[in-house]
Amino acid sequence: MESIGVLMTCPPPDAYLVEQLEKRFTLYKFHSIPDKAHFLNSNKASIRAVVGSASAGADAQLIHQLPNLEIVSSFSVGLDKIDLAKCKERGIRVTYTPDVLTDDVADLAIGLMLAVLRRLCQSDRYVRSGQWKKGDFKLTTKFTGKSVGIIGLGRIGLAIAKRAEAFRCPISYYTRTEKSDGVLINIGRGPHVDEPELVSALVEGRLGGAGLDVFQDEPIVPEELFGLENVVLLPHVGSGTMETRKEMADLVIGNLEAHFLNRPLLTPVL
Amino acid sequence: MGVSNTNSDKTQEEEQQDLPKVVLLRPPPAFSLIGEESFASNKFQFLKTYDSQLPLDQFLSTHSHSIKAILSSAGAPVNADILQLLPEVGLVVTTSAGLNHVDIPECRRRGIKIANAGHVYSDDVADLAVGLLIDVLRKVSASDRYVRQGLWADKGNYLHGSKLGGKRTGIVGLGNIGYEVAKRLEAFGCVVSYNSRKKKPYVSYPFYHNVCELAANCDALIICCGLSDETRHMINKPVLSALGKEGFIVNIGRGDIIDEKEMVSCLMRGEIAGAGLDVFENEPNVRKEFFAMDNVVLSPHRAVFTPESLKDLSQLVVGNLEAFLTNEPLLSEYVDNE
Repeated sequence: MESIGVLMTCPPPDAYLVEQLEKRFTLYKFHSIPDKAHFLNSNKASIRAVVGSASAGADAQLIHQLPNLEIVSSFSVGLDKIDLAKCKERGIRVTYTPDVLTDDVADLAIGLMLAVLRRLCQSDRYVRSGQWKKGDFKLTTKFTGKSVGIIGLGRIGLAIAKRAEAFRCPISYYTRTEKSDGVLINIGRGPHVDEPELVSALVEGRLGGAGLDVFQDEPIVPEELFGLENVVLLPHVGSGTMETRKEMADLVIGNLEAHFLNRPLLTPVL
Repeated sequence: MGVSNTNSDKTQEEEQQDLPKVVLLRPPPAFSLIGEESFASNKFQFLKTYDSQLPLDQFLSTHSHSIKAILSSAGAPVNADILQLLPEVGLVVTTSAGLNHVDIPECRRRGIKIANAGHVYSDDVADLAVGLLIDVLRKVSASDRYVRQGLWADKGNYLHGSKLGGKRTGIVGLGNIGYEVAKRLEAFGCVVSYNSRKKKPYVSYPFYHNVCELAANCDALIICCGLSDETRHMINKPVLSALGKEGFIVNIGRGDIIDEKEMVSCLMRGEIAGAGLDVFENEPNVRKEFFAMDNVVLSPHRAVFTPESLKDLSQLVVGNLEAFLTNEPLLSEYVDNE
């Protein structure tokens, strides 16, 4: 399979994934190619697969430029960066990495709730900067028993609900009301939230706090948020554990191999 | 006020003066955190030794006939010397769950009842233990620092964390707090086992007779026990070695339970993977070595400090005092051998 060209459209998300792809295929790292148009012109015929992630996948324009594209294997469970309609039209297979990352993302969602309500990051800074010697840290908000609203009760949403129940949190669907003591956690995708609006709500105190693992234009994070103590900012690490990234990489590879060996795909979307 | 009562022409103030007294040797943190009004009652009056110019023993002797109870908090020991000056005292109420500062045998000898904070703090402490564990495993605080320094855009992705699900978590001290931690961790798919003074008959988690054996069979230790002569420096070099290079430790008990100097060495040599700490041996003077470590999460001993818990505490304290003064059963009487 070494002659099969695989185009990685995202910045390499994981060393193990790249290593495994390079062992089996001819891997092109699109992100670091300076003249992308020239590259595509010269190599498009040999590219039969795309590997994407939450950062970049395969939009209509790219699909159009790859006449021999057969499969898009995404290192993610989110499919927002893939033009599924175009893939369906062209008969291009699409696979993703469901289930293997559910626990990690749900764990992080609860971790963010605790970190925001109990000000874990801020109090860690408080100790490191020597401020504890001058006085006690302030009161923070209890988490147990707080009502939790979940947008999207899919696999991840349900896993979050199960964990929140162990803290006796009543679970409900999120309602779109402005609550000055409400806290927003986003472990989904940046565009779910109107980011400029979120930033101004936080800066103006109209929202009680936020735990954000995803942003509209990663890795750019609105700097107005850096100075806020009721906000926790993470660099899209929802599935970022050694264990889970390996499982995801194995799924990406497994799906590509299955396709090129004419076997049933492991986790197809299309 | 209404019609003057022929039985008593006392003013409200005088009536207050007649109330049984509850003495305080130092202001409890909760007074300043949520306000003294939360602890007010029409059945007793507080007497504050710290508001008086008199030397302590003189103050206590002067008022000893009316002092029926002591409201104590850590930092002001209730010892034999104090108790000797207060023969009318029948109850010691503390604002803490721990009773290190109370001479329990002396109280027993004098027939003095003891009431502590019971379980009001358990949820908050358990929440913090879980929060610290997720933080150290998933590098939440370290990643937040990374983003705030602008490094995500400059340097790309941060380090991978470690998955919580499936981790073998060892609870050291399966009291009320330990049990609340265990229940939460189960929901994350952790495998829970424990070491405690005694095996708990109604609990299905595997029990280990000694903490070293527990450490050898776990990926993370959560210290939930109190500080006593037996538990001081219980987490020592052999335990930390047994926990190992991939092992994590979270402490929401007391700093002295861990041999802190040894733990710092282990962390610096990579002999354990990381730690989440709410308590330290010499608070608030935390060892500087911690400040350079990214695999440690530091919290300034505030596991119980939420307005919700402090409100619950105030109701419990008042409830205990009022129950005692009206001969009702105490709400959270401390009984030996929990």
